Amino acid sequence: MAINWFKYASPVSFYPLAGRLSPWFAGVTLVLLAIGLYLGFFVAPTDYQQGEAYRIMFVHVPAAWMSMFIYLVMATYAGLGLIFNTRLSSMMATALAPTGAMFTFLALWTGALWGKPMWGTWWVWDARLTSELILLFLYLGFMSLQAAIDDPRRASRAGAVLALVGAVNVPIIYFSVKWWNTLHQGASISFDKAPSMAATMLVAMLIMALAFWCYTFAVVLQRVRCEILERESHSDWVNTMIQEQQG
Amino acid sequence: MQEFFAMGGYGLYVWGSVGVTALLMIIEPLLIVRRRQIVLRRLSRRHQRRQSRNQRRQQELSETDAVKVEHEA
Repeated sequence: MAINWFKYASPVSFYPLAGRLSPWFAGVTLVLLAIGLYLGFFVAPTDYQQGEAYRIMFVHVPAAWMSMFIYLVMATYAGLGLIFNTRLSSMMATALAPTGAMFTFLALWTGALWGKPMWGTWWVWDARLTSELILLFLYLGFMSLQAAIDDPRRASRAGAVLALVGAVNVPIIYFSVKWWNTLHQGASISFDKAPSMAATMLVAMLIMALAFWCYTFAVVLQRVRCEILERESHSDWVNTMIQEQQG
Repeated sequence: MQEFFAMGGYGLYVWGSVGVTALLMIIEPLLIVRRRQIVLRRLSRRHQRRQSRNQRRQQELSETDAVKVEHEA
């Protein structure tokens, strides 16, 4: 079966598709959260070094992963919008930013709550923590820059330049624990060595990460629908849809 | 049960993390639902305004037509 992917690059056809997909992602999110939290809080054993405090990991690591991943996706969409002038890509970039900022804040927040009992401090200005804080400022900068420019197309372009320049920060965050001597521990999962934690801990964390992924899909698809409605409000298809809704 | 919530003395840290995460992941979807309602309400008000304006215009047109017909008659 041949699917015309370009068809869904237009807001007219993406709007209903996003509306159909979002509830499924929301449902899967709830199921995965239930499984992940059960495994993480009832099945996974107590850590021999950190006691129960390590369970913060089940929200901290997925949130931190999402904060970086969403930024890369956002920058890619923004870049596509900048190069090809496609409306939907720019809208996707705009819709991703608040969720990315939320996960960045959560990574910092849960990190502080984990740092206090383990390191004895809420915050240190080391490479990992500082670069993650810069990521939060990049998200906030992207959002406020777009909000400050009235013309949506100019706002998209200005935001895209900021997002692309800021993308250099993501590998810095990721490799900061290798490049510099940081208080933060190394990567939880790396490609070149066996995982250093118990299997149930690892599974619980991966399921939580998947849940956060699905959450992001569900939420961003709904937000991009709002974005589409706002930016396309003068188009014929939006008017027809409103007319149909009113009967 | 109490032991579970105490988290071996780390309860404040663990539940402070999980709680704020849960709170934000509940608030964010609610904010989007509200935004959608606001957008839809604004669009449907605009649609109604347009419709009533069109109706008025049509009425005025048909009235002037009626006057014309009287004059010609």
